[in-house]
Amino acid sequence: MSKNGFISLLFHTLFVTFMLAPIIVVCLVAFTPEGYLSLPTNGFSLRWFKAIGRYPEFIRAFWVSIGLGALSSTIVLAFAVPAALGLARYQFRGRDALSALLLSPLMIPHVVLGIAFLRFFTQFGLSGTFAALLIAHIVVIFPFALRLTLSSATGMDRSIEQAAISLGARDWVVFRRVTLPLIMPGLISGWALAFIQSFDEVTMTVFLAAPGTETLPVRMFLYIQDNIDPLVTSVSASVIAITVLALIILDRMFGLEHVLTGHSDRTK
Amino acid sequence: MQSSSPLFLSTQTRSAWGLILPSLALFLAVVIIPLIMTVMLSFHDWGQYKGIETVFILKNWYEIWSDSYFHEMFARTFRIAVLVTFITMALGAPEAYILNRMRAPWKGVFLLVILGPLLISVVARTLGWALLFGGKNGVVNMALMKIGVIDAPLPFMFTETGVVIALSHVMMPFMVLSIWAALQKLDPQIENAALSLGASQLTVMRRIIFPQIMPGLLSGGIIVFSLAASAFATPAIIGGRRLKVAATLAYDEFLNTLNWPLGAAVAVLLLVALVIIVVSSNALIERRYKAVFE
Repeated sequence: MSKNGFISLLFHTLFVTFMLAPIIVVCLVAFTPEGYLSLPTNGFSLRWFKAIGRYPEFIRAFWVSIGLGALSSTIVLAFAVPAALGLARYQFRGRDALSALLLSPLMIPHVVLGIAFLRFFTQFGLSGTFAALLIAHIVVIFPFALRLTLSSATGMDRSIEQAAISLGARDWVVFRRVTLPLIMPGLISGWALAFIQSFDEVTMTVFLAAPGTETLPVRMFLYIQDNIDPLVTSVSASVIAITVLALIILDRMFGLEHVLTGHSDRTK
Repeated sequence: MQSSSPLFLSTQTRSAWGLILPSLALFLAVVIIPLIMTVMLSFHDWGQYKGIETVFILKNWYEIWSDSYFHEMFARTFRIAVLVTFITMALGAPEAYILNRMRAPWKGVFLLVILGPLLISVVARTLGWALLFGGKNGVVNMALMKIGVIDAPLPFMFTETGVVIALSHVMMPFMVLSIWAALQKLDPQIENAALSLGASQLTVMRRIIFPQIMPGLLSGGIIVFSLAASAFATPAIIGGRRLKVAATLAYDEFLNTLNWPLGAAVAVLLLVALVIIVVSSNALIERRYKAVFE
């Protein structure tokens, strides 16, 4: 394979600039000492980060997002792990249709899901509640959790399970002591990816959230719709910082491209 | 799970269904039923004072069919999606190729830099573009004026151009990821063989590399197209209140005008159009590139 020439590297530099520019500009403007949107040319200031403290709706939305992400990505594993084992181990009629259905939230636009959930939950008087948000998030993050647990369940060595069974281990013991540890990497990366998807989701959530159950991206979106000021840039910069941190951890542990393409088997 | 050990022993269909049943029930209850309810909603009547009436009429569908406002809006939605798809293809393919030729640790570092934004909130990323575009003193305009490309600031905010640029940025990681996955299957020895047999760099690109990344390019295209056509936050923030696309119009009907049946009709139409486009182009690609996928 030949090396990259000058033109390639120039293109690459411009491309990376394009990808990073909007993210960097948010982080820079967040440090402005001025009372309006501007790049911090006259020194850096933390005043807009301190200002977040005076807006409890952002703080509350942050905790809603964290709680929602942690709960939904934990509950979704209780559904996705058995489903992944079932899909990975058995050939049966309707298997392809079934996995297509379970992956369908990837294909259905989130705006359509938001509308469908709003219609559905209004019928039962649940619209705007945390429970409605939780159910909706479990559904949209399901495919991410399923894909990663499925790839580790498909790739695992079943002879260890068979050894355990032949030595007299009961089903539950086999699952807890053999199967679960073997698929653990897929489970953890699936959980992490599901959490991030839930934490970032805005299109569907904006239909369901009410004051008090607004998630952070929804609160940010509604705020930006009214006006853009340095406060929302400092909130965004904080979100970016948290995500980048999670990103680096995820990359170190599993390899980001494997997590994103649905394969958690970098270690093999 | 206690009595007949459905987890590990037999290959009976029953065991598999036992494991999948909870997920299936969840999806029937909270995906299929709400979608059916939404389709039904699109046939209901609505009036400013009477609210939603549960009758079966084609009023909303006729309105979308006959009103040129909706034609324009859907044309804009799909025009933006097509442009974004082509831009991400044209920029993403060379970048994925360049990335693939890099050495460690740069390869890993830049892969992280390019794919990472995928996980950063789309609201934060779009805010970045809103800041870059800005009004008169947006960074992009100042830079363009400084290097003398333009004399007066270009309007990016509240224009289709702005939405296309910002959306291309949001969708780019999906495209790079898809092409990157195709490149991983490529055997570098074939490229070397062609070069050693005297093929020019251009011939190698056209005859060896391009045909092999084509499936990745096309499947990336399908993903980007469907996501761009249904994008919400980016067109809402950059496009503003007047430049409507399907998703933002449906949002308006639901949460501002409160004409739910009309909003439901717009959403259902978007879903149906996307399913038809995605399924048929998937079938086309699979038939064309059968050998590659096997």
